[in-house]
Amino acid sequence: MSAPPLLEVRNLHIDMRSGQERLNVVENVSFSIGAGETFGLVGESGCGKSITALSLIGLLNRPLAVGQGEILFKGQNLLKMNGSELRRLRGNRISMIFQEPMTALNPLATVGRQIAEMFVLHQGSTWHEAERKAIAALAQVQVPAPDKRIKNYPHQMSGGMRQRVMIAIALACHPDLLIADEPTTALDVTVQAEILKLMQELCDQRGTSVLMISHDLGVIAKMCQRVGIMYAGHLVEERAVADLFRRPAHPYTHGLLASLPVLGQRKLNERKPLQEIEGIVPSIAAFPTGCRFEPRCTRASPICRDAVPGPSVLGDYSFVRCYHHG
Amino acid sequence: MRLRFNLLFGGAICLIILTLGVFAPLFVHHDPILDANLMNAELPPNADFWFGTDSQGRDVFSRVLYGSRVSLTVGIVSQLINSCIGLLFGISAGYIGGRWDEFVSGLTNVMLSIPSLIFALAIMAILGPGLGSLLIALGLTNWSWTCRIARSSALSLKSQGYVQAAKTLGYSDIRIMITQILPNMIGPILVIGTLGMGDAILAEAALSYLGLGIRPPFPSWGSMLTDARELIAVAPWAAIFPGIAIFLTVLGLNLFGDGLRDYLDPHMRTRKA
Repeated sequence: MSAPPLLEVRNLHIDMRSGQERLNVVENVSFSIGAGETFGLVGESGCGKSITALSLIGLLNRPLAVGQGEILFKGQNLLKMNGSELRRLRGNRISMIFQEPMTALNPLATVGRQIAEMFVLHQGSTWHEAERKAIAALAQVQVPAPDKRIKNYPHQMSGGMRQRVMIAIALACHPDLLIADEPTTALDVTVQAEILKLMQELCDQRGTSVLMISHDLGVIAKMCQRVGIMYAGHLVEERAVADLFRRPAHPYTHGLLASLPVLGQRKLNERKPLQEIEGIVPSIAAFPTGCRFEPRCTRASPICRDAVPGPSVLGDYSFVRCYHHG
Repeated sequence: MRLRFNLLFGGAICLIILTLGVFAPLFVHHDPILDANLMNAELPPNADFWFGTDSQGRDVFSRVLYGSRVSLTVGIVSQLINSCIGLLFGISAGYIGGRWDEFVSGLTNVMLSIPSLIFALAIMAILGPGLGSLLIALGLTNWSWTCRIARSSALSLKSQGYVQAAKTLGYSDIRIMITQILPNMIGPILVIGTLGMGDAILAEAALSYLGLGIRPPFPSWGSMLTDARELIAVAPWAAIFPGIAIFLTVLGLNLFGDGLRDYLDPHMRTRKA
């Protein structure tokens, strides 16, 4: 990757402020996404994945706020943009798909109108034009009979159909970056595969970069080229997908992979229970000062308790933050 | 079935009164103002004067019908003004929050603590009697309930997925308020609006009764009651019929509003299904 990346996040800190208190929810997170690349962000609930994503489009709500850092999109710092500049970017250049297709669509507007609104909003189309484009957009996400379906309300569609509509809305203006926040978690497995395939195809065709947020390692393995692992607000490991699954470096990543159930495996292992990571994620108010995984880590040593490990470079765009990696 | 009864019965009353008012000239054969004839004064109801005549010999039936135009105009227009003010304040307060919300909530509480009729009376005293001042006075004094409902709906709708999604898709705040928030609260606002119309009609009657409403000789139900006050012993029909008209209209609107609320409430709908 010699060309400058599409999106570059540098030393991002996100604070939660209440009164005088400032809690570090996300600390020193850096990653970059190249044009046409799919980058995965993995971690368990509450580790700061979604907050990081929201900060990319300037939609953190109080008490959350970006403390320091830079978010460069096509070389421009998003954190220095004003409200209307950001608004022109959202949905147009950077778009987002959510976990819940049931609630992310307005129940009282036809899906056609909700797709068409994007063209009116960002491309200055007339409603008439926009409706024609909406039919085309719906056809692209492989909804049958799109000219009839645009007159449907969200409740008249199935979950999978609604997620297709969401994709049509998000990709309507051919954005450069698509943020997919657990796009298939709420769908059943067969629909999930279809939706992922569709997303991949459409983004490949258009050269759209994707930030895929998930706690499902299967989804990440299927979709992404590179992955970042987040734990308690730290980006602890960043690797190419193949390397990560073959040779996980961080103990937390080890634990995640070891806790994946494999069909038939349990019988071979004489019915031993599935391996899990001991303990729970520390609460935001009680993050350890050193490595945040230290209390749960099997390889922990005194040095882990004192200072946050710096990144150990493992190759191009890969690093791990651990004193005892390997 | 019970659910539909209020809606249909109330709606039918409102529709009949509206039709009688709008097409009043088709139903009456006496002019409500000009056909004054003291020879006919204070006649009880008969074949020619269905509701009898008043102290100046004018046909009470035709005055009740023409009077409905004033009552309905006041009811509809002033409630529209109320709804617009309430929605504007309520949605913006709930959605934007912060200082603006505190200001609007404070203002709403102040409005609620002043009896609206007294407030309207004060405005009428400044503007003088007449239809225009009635509309303004009643339109400015009864928006607090709409505002409260709109504010609390906006507060809860603000955290809905589709409002959040609209933000990430680049909708401006005003666009979100108009396309995402307003349509999703329209049910309760309609109900409050219908009930408010009944209130406005009663308030018009009260203000006209106090001589602050419609100027004589033009008929309105309130002013007809004032005129009939002295005749109550000799010609009670001059007071009874406008009274019944007010009663029926307000009853119809309230039934319709109640029915609408039940009909729009999804819980009631699922129980029915």
